Amino acid sequence: MYYRLKKRSCLRGEVTESVGIYAVPAVIAFVVVFGAIKKVDLFETFKDGAKEGVTGLLSIAPSLIGLIVAVTMLQASGFFDVVTVVLGPVCGFIGVPPEVLPLGLMRPVSGSGSFALLSSLLDKYGADSYIGRVASVMAGSTETTFYAIAVYYGSVGIKKTRHTIPAALTADMLGMVFSALCCKML
Amino acid sequence: MLSHIWFGMIIISVICGFCTGRAEELSAAAAGGADKAVQVLISMAGVMCLWTGIMKIADKSGLTAVTARLLSPVLSRLMPEYKKDSPAMKAVSANVTANIFGLGNAATPLGIAAMKEMQKTNRLGSAPNNSMVMFVVINTASVQLIPTTIAALRQAAGSLQPYAVVPYVWAASLLALLSGLGIAGVLSLKKEKLSAG
Repeated sequence: MYYRLKKRSCLRGEVTESVGIYAVPAVIAFVVVFGAIKKVDLFETFKDGAKEGVTGLLSIAPSLIGLIVAVTMLQASGFFDVVTVVLGPVCGFIGVPPEVLPLGLMRPVSGSGSFALLSSLLDKYGADSYIGRVASVMAGSTETTFYAIAVYYGSVGIKKTRHTIPAALTADMLGMVFSALCCKML
Repeated sequence: MLSHIWFGMIIISVICGFCTGRAEELSAAAAGGADKAVQVLISMAGVMCLWTGIMKIADKSGLTAVTARLLSPVLSRLMPEYKKDSPAMKAVSANVTANIFGLGNAATPLGIAAMKEMQKTNRLGSAPNNSMVMFVVINTASVQLIPTTIAALRQAAGSLQPYAVVPYVWAASLLALLSGLGIAGVLSLKKEKLSAG
């Protein structure tokens, strides 16, 4: 019985993952075909866009270097092992592996900080492991909440945020739980 | 903000490392981390550039404009203070579309333009109206079609299937977005009733 359940959930995982694998070429093909119909100079446009990718990457490089150094040092110091042991019971309660909790705390605050943490988690546990997948989904399923709030309200001089922060942070927290749940169920 | 976090991480790692007697590992990590960061950046570059290139085609061919038109009825329902074809709603749908297509460089200026348009008719002045809160909550959630940075980081970490997590990301971010909208909706009702009473 257990075996059959397990087998079924494995199969389901394969189906879900193949959706992801087909989605990527499908999106690329759709965009390129749409561009061809609209008579866009495809390769020139692609090159322009790719160039923006390089500049974008260069602009995050300094902060990513600084933060990956800090995260690597934290990892070497044994801090994450302590956090994992201390917070294990709490995380078990909400169904999130404790290893990804630091990432969950960093995600709403700093984009490059969370990418540095994700990169170290993927390195340590393997990108295709359960922890690696939960961490990837968690980092991908929410945005840098405080940055967005500061930029958008700041741009029009709004000081009060009313119910923005409660709504956004609850969504972030639920997003964490959903990430672990989705990786387990789908 | 980031200054404090960075300072905290370094100090904690030094204190923690000294207490556990891992000073040697710590100094190796400082050098190794910098080295690793550059390797990660280089291995990310290919995937990142592929997607900024593809999405540039989506933008130039008008695919983003079509998507924005399709989204605006849905979005204007979430932001009832603004009419469907008002300049504010146009900027809002352009911003959400740019986020969906992962056009990060375009999304923020469009979002700021949307906020400025919305602020023009905001009766609350220094506080956001319910529509503005909705808009910011959408922007604090992730609505990206292909999570390219995540895929690039997974590629850099040697994943066999960097894109295998995409459906999970869709599911988790959609659930998180819907709960964010739901909570914002419920809280806005309560606040309005309070101020009316």
